[in-house]
Amino acid sequence: MKPIPTASQTVGPFFNFGLTADQSLGILAREGIEGERIRLEFRVVDGDGVPTPGDSMIELWQADAEGRYPSSGAFYGFGRLETNKQGVCVFETIKPGAVEGGAPHINVIVFARGLLKHLFTRVYFAGDPANAGDPVLALVPEARRGALLAHPVAGQPNTWRMEIRLQGEGETVFFDL
Amino acid sequence: MEYPRAKPGTQPEYLHEPYRASAQRAPRQPLITLPHTTSELTGPVYGHNPIGETDNDLTRHFAEAPQGERIIVAGRVLDEDGRGVPNALVEIWQANAAGRYRHSRDDHPAPLDPNFLGSGRAITDDAGNYRFVSIKPGAYPWRNHHNAWRPAHIHFSLFGPAFITRLVTQMYFPGDPLMPFDPLLNGVPDAEARERLVSKFDLALTKPDWALGYCFDIVLRGRRSTPFEEHTK
Repeated sequence: MKPIPTASQTVGPFFNFGLTADQSLGILAREGIEGERIRLEFRVVDGDGVPTPGDSMIELWQADAEGRYPSSGAFYGFGRLETNKQGVCVFETIKPGAVEGGAPHINVIVFARGLLKHLFTRVYFAGDPANAGDPVLALVPEARRGALLAHPVAGQPNTWRMEIRLQGEGETVFFDL
Repeated sequence: MEYPRAKPGTQPEYLHEPYRASAQRAPRQPLITLPHTTSELTGPVYGHNPIGETDNDLTRHFAEAPQGERIIVAGRVLDEDGRGVPNALVEIWQANAAGRYRHSRDDHPAPLDPNFLGSGRAITDDAGNYRFVSIKPGAYPWRNHHNAWRPAHIHFSLFGPAFITRLVTQMYFPGDPLMPFDPLLNGVPDAEARERLVSKFDLALTKPDWALGYCFDIVLRGRRSTPFEEHTK
């Protein structure tokens, strides 16, 4: 009889002092890290379109500019922030390189009050020609692929915005891993 | 490592109506099943922020000791073959002995404890062991339904060897009379899987004249496949 993985439970509303007190985890790319520097902004909204006020959390895991996942060194590849009262959090990072023939993407985990287990999704970059050949995007019904794209923010250079819609119209595509 | 998919019932569903907040937040579209690629099979290697000497002792974060019943919570982090997972980051957070969190939006009219922050972290050793010293958290009311009370619990967050092994869960205490009424614990359909979220009182872990010990083992996804298993697939 093999052990079964421990059941997930919600992160709840009061995780701040345990998980997200360290704001430095919003900065993935410090001085000297190679790559195209970007600001990546998330906004998390529920099924009524209401932003999750400070009770959701985003974690990122991404490759470096060459498309390699780091195992040591100055680029750590991991980020974690809670959303603010407007449901928003902003990471400073670099645009990842393409990983193993796919399109550049950042792996995302969403935690929130109301979610008994976390949600996996990905961020792709709108307009990247490599998106057309990405094997994971190809698994997503075409009509929903747009929900996995971050878009450039007008008037804010190097800033990309990704809306995480937990439910309803334009619901984000979540993955079963 | 191989990452089998969860057995039905052993993990909660996203939509669990007794947990009211799930109604507006659970996705309604089917999840897309992904093969496991490098993106899922790699994960952050902890090391950017060294663990301090008292990080796993929540009773030593201030000059004075916090109020409450001192406890030791220890166990092993295992994979699906029962092998210890070394070097896993374990983070915990909890309410104080009166059932109040040190959080700006917790308005439960119970006292804050100036000597208790309520968060800690540890890294598992070579055999997957971790250990915390804390105080037993209190039960507290929440507004999910009439007369709703959370059983005493400690939140756990774990990073294993890969993005796919990420786990956030809660540990409960044996014999807590609130457990049968808790929509979060009972969001796990399988009775055995629920039972595994309840720590065990452990006399061997208990320190005479000092603290009660509770054992809580945690299983992360993943198993090492043997050559034999690979050939018989």
